[in-house]
Amino acid sequence: MAKKLKISELGGMFKDLDVESLEGVHIEGDIELDLDAMGGLNPQLSYMLGHETAQIAQHLINISRLLGYPVDQLLGATGLSAVPGAARPKELLRSKFEVGKIDEWKNPIQEVTLGATSADGGTRKSTVTVGGENALPYYFDSPMPHRNHITMDVFDMPIGMAKAVKVNYEDVIESPAEWAKKAVNDFGADMVTIHLISTDPMIKDTSAREAAETVADVLQAVDVPIVIGGSGNPEKDPEVLEKVAEIAEGERVLLASASLNLDYERIAKAANEYGHVVLSWTQLEINAQKELNRKLMKQCGVKREDIIMDPTTAALGYGLDYAYTNMERIRLAGLIGDNELSFPMSSGTTNAWGAREAWMVGSPIKEDSDWGPREYRGPIWEIVTGLTLALAGNDLFMMMHPGSVAVLKEITQSLYGSIDRDTIDISNWVTAEV
Amino acid sequence: MKINSPLEVYKYLPQTNCGDCGEATCMAFASHLIDRSLKLEDCKPILEDKFKKKYLELGELMAPEIREVIIGVGDEAVAVGGDDVLYRHQLTFFNQPAFAIDVWDTMPEDELIERVKFIRDYRKFYVGRFLTIDMIAVRSTSNDPARFKETVSKVMENTDLPLILCSLNPEVLKAGLEVAAKSKPLIYAATRDNWQAVSDLVLEYDVPTVLFAPDDMDTLKSLAGTFLEMGRENLILDPGTNPQGKSLRESFENFLKIRRSGIKEGQRDIAFPLMAVPMTAYLTNDDPVSASYWETVLASVFSVRYGDIMILHSIEPYALLPELHIRDTIYTDPRTPVKVDPKVYEVGSPGKDSPVIVTTNFALTYYTVESDLASNGIDCYLLAADTDGLGVEAAVAGGQLTAKTITDGFNKDNFDFKKMTSHNTVILPGLAARLQGDMEDASGLNVKIGTPDSGRIPGWMEKNWPPEVKS
Repeated sequence: MAKKLKISELGGMFKDLDVESLEGVHIEGDIELDLDAMGGLNPQLSYMLGHETAQIAQHLINISRLLGYPVDQLLGATGLSAVPGAARPKELLRSKFEVGKIDEWKNPIQEVTLGATSADGGTRKSTVTVGGENALPYYFDSPMPHRNHITMDVFDMPIGMAKAVKVNYEDVIESPAEWAKKAVNDFGADMVTIHLISTDPMIKDTSAREAAETVADVLQAVDVPIVIGGSGNPEKDPEVLEKVAEIAEGERVLLASASLNLDYERIAKAANEYGHVVLSWTQLEINAQKELNRKLMKQCGVKREDIIMDPTTAALGYGLDYAYTNMERIRLAGLIGDNELSFPMSSGTTNAWGAREAWMVGSPIKEDSDWGPREYRGPIWEIVTGLTLALAGNDLFMMMHPGSVAVLKEITQSLYGSIDRDTIDISNWVTAEV
Repeated sequence: MKINSPLEVYKYLPQTNCGDCGEATCMAFASHLIDRSLKLEDCKPILEDKFKKKYLELGELMAPEIREVIIGVGDEAVAVGGDDVLYRHQLTFFNQPAFAIDVWDTMPEDELIERVKFIRDYRKFYVGRFLTIDMIAVRSTSNDPARFKETVSKVMENTDLPLILCSLNPEVLKAGLEVAAKSKPLIYAATRDNWQAVSDLVLEYDVPTVLFAPDDMDTLKSLAGTFLEMGRENLILDPGTNPQGKSLRESFENFLKIRRSGIKEGQRDIAFPLMAVPMTAYLTNDDPVSASYWETVLASVFSVRYGDIMILHSIEPYALLPELHIRDTIYTDPRTPVKVDPKVYEVGSPGKDSPVIVTTNFALTYYTVESDLASNGIDCYLLAADTDGLGVEAAVAGGQLTAKTITDGFNKDNFDFKKMTSHNTVILPGLAARLQGDMEDASGLNVKIGTPDSGRIPGWMEKNWPPEVKS
C-alpha cells in the first residue's frame, strides 16, 4: 500500500524540489469530507470544520498554483484569493454608530417677518417668519426654527397658463381679489403674490395708481401677508412699486423686486419709508447677489431684517443644476459667516411651468418614449423644482398649481418634522403586493 | 481621497514628464488625478514593476472616500458610489444614482415580459443624449425558490440590464443566483437575521450585496464590519426608507449621518454607497397616482441627498421624467459648463433655399432646437452664437446675445449669406425679438423673428417660409 501523504506535505515537497510546473501529472482519487451530521452541529464545531475545510482549500489552491493552473483568474480579483482563508465571524461584530455635528456653522441666517397685525400697525390676521436657520435645511445639527412657506401667484390680468394650471383659476381669472381668496381659502396658500404685469408698457401700460387699487383690493380680500411683484419692466417697476408701497403702508409686504438692472434705490427707499421688505433679486450669480445685498444695506440703508434674496429659479431640466448649486453655496456661505449672504431665500418656483415637459402635449422628439398625460406631468415638475431648492436652503416658494402646493407642503413639513403619520413597517417591503 | 494637492500626488509619480498620458508634465497629470478627469492607469510608466510600490500607495491615497461598487457585467454594468465630497460644488458627484424598476415573481408572464421590455427600452432625449433606466429589481413576492428562479431566467432572456435579486430568504436568493450569478447581480439583502446564510451565498458566488437594517444604524454598521471582516468590499447599505411623517425625517437624517461619517470623519467601515427604496411610498398610498407622485418625491429627496442606488415601482412617464431629470441635475459636473462649440451647424442637408436660424451655445438650448429641427425634417443652417453657455432669454438680458455676437458668429465661420442662400434672411429666436432692429442695421439681412419655443418652429415654417425676399 502506498504511503499516505498529507496535502500540506505535497506542497512542501514541490517547494523543496524547486519545481515550478509539472507536465503530464494527474492527481487521482477523491477527496472525501464526511459531514453527514451537518444540520445538528454545534456552532463551535461547524466553525472548526469550516476552518479545516478552508485550510484544505487553501492548500489545494497552492498546489494548483504550483502546477501552473491559473487559479487566481478563476477566483476573481475580489474573491477568495484576496483574503485567503477569510475569517468567518460566528456573530455580528458589535458596533455603535456615531457621527459629529458640523462645527463651522456658527452664523445664523437672518430672521425676516412678513405681514403686520393690528398690533404692529397692519391689518393682517397672521404673519409669516422665514429664516433663522443654523444649519442646512432639515439637518440634525440644529433644529430649523421656521418651516417653509408658500405664496401663490395671482395676476392682475388674464395670462397664458399651462392647461393643468388654468383649470384651477378659470372662474377667478378676471378678478385678482377673488383669485387671492381662492388661493388662501381653497388651496391653503400661506401668502399670495400679486403680479402687476399689466403695468408693462408693452402689455397694457396700466398706471401705477390703478395698480395700487388692485393691491388695495387684494389686501382687502385676504388677511395673509402679501408679495407685490412688478411687471419686470426695469423702467416702469420703480414707479409702480413706489406707489403700491405707499398704498400698502404698514402691511409689511414683500416688494418684488430690487435688482441690479433697475433703479433699486427707489425700491429700497420706498420699502424703508413705508415699512416693507425688499426682495433682492439676481440671476444665478453669487457675487452679483453679494453686491446687491451690500448696496441695499450700505448705500440704501435697508435693515438686515428687511431683506430676502431671490437668486433665481431655473426649471428642472432647464438649468436647475445652476439654481440648486447657487442656492446651496449661498446658504453654506451664510452659515459659515458671510453676512452679505446670510438672508432667507425665495424661489419663483412657478418658472417650472416654462419647461416644455411641464406643458407640452407630448415629446417633440420622435425617439422619445411616451411622455404620458401632461395633467400629471406638469404639477410634478413644479414640485420637484421646488423640493430640490428646499433642500438647498430655500425658505419661501412662489407657486401656482394647487396640487403642487399641497405635495410640496407635505414633503417639506415631513422633513421639517412637524407631520405625524403612522409608522409603516418597511422591513418586509420586498414582498409587498403593490 | 486622502490627499488633495497636486504637489503631494506628484511625489508618487515617475516625474519623467514623458507626456504619454497626454499631459505635458507630471505636475499637470497630478492635477487631473485630483479632479478625477484622468485615471492613475493613464500613466504608463507608473505601471512598470519598479514603481509598483508607489502605484499601490498612491492608488490607496487617491481612492474615493465612499467605495465604488460595480453591479452587472459588460456594457450595461453600473457603477455606484465613489464620491469624495458632501456638496456638489466642491468637486462634482460621481456615478449618478442607479435607478432600478421592480418586477415580481407573481406577475403573469406576459405582463412580466412587457414590463421588462418597457424598462429596457425607455428613453428620454436630453442635451444630446438619452436618459435611461439602469437596472431591474426582481422581487420575490411568492417566497418560492423555483418560481423566483424561473422569473429571473425570464427577465434575463429579455434584457442585459443588471439585476437586483430581492428576497430576505436565502434559499430564494440562491435559486436566483443559480441562474444569474455570472452576470453579477446585486443581492438584496443581508439582515440581522439572515446574514450568515446570505454571506455564504455572496462568498460562493462573489456578488455585491446590500446590507439592510431599517432604522438601526448600530446594526447596519455591525453588518458592514462583519462583511468587511469576511473580505467583502462591494457592499451597499440600506438604512431604510420610511415613506412618511417623522420616520421619513429620521430616514433622511440617517442618510446624512452615514455620508457625513464616511466623507468628513473617514469612518471607513461605513463608507459605502447608500440604497434608497422610494417604492415604500406604495405601502401607504392606496391611490396609484398619489403613490406614484410620492415615490417621485422620495426619489428626488434621495437623489439630492446621497442615495446612490434606488428601487422604484412606478413606470408612469410623469414619475420617470422628473426622476431621470433630477438625478441628472444633481450629477451634472458643475466644473464644465454645458456648452457646445459656437459655430454654424448644418441640420440635415441644407441648400440655398434652406432657412438660417440663430440660437445660443448653451447645450440645452442648442440640442433642444437642433432636435426639434432634425426630428421635423427641417434642413437648415443653425448658428450656435457664443453666449458663453447662456440660454436665449438670459443672454439677451445680459448682453451676450447681440447683433454683434450674431454677426461675429457668422463671420468667424465665413458664412456668406449672399453665396450660401438665395434669400439673404436670418431667423432670430422669438425671445430675442428686441434685437431685430439692431440686427437689420448691423447685417443688412432680412431679419425674421421665430417662435419663443423651438417646438413651434414647424408650424411657423408653414406660414413663414419661404420668405418674401426684399430686393
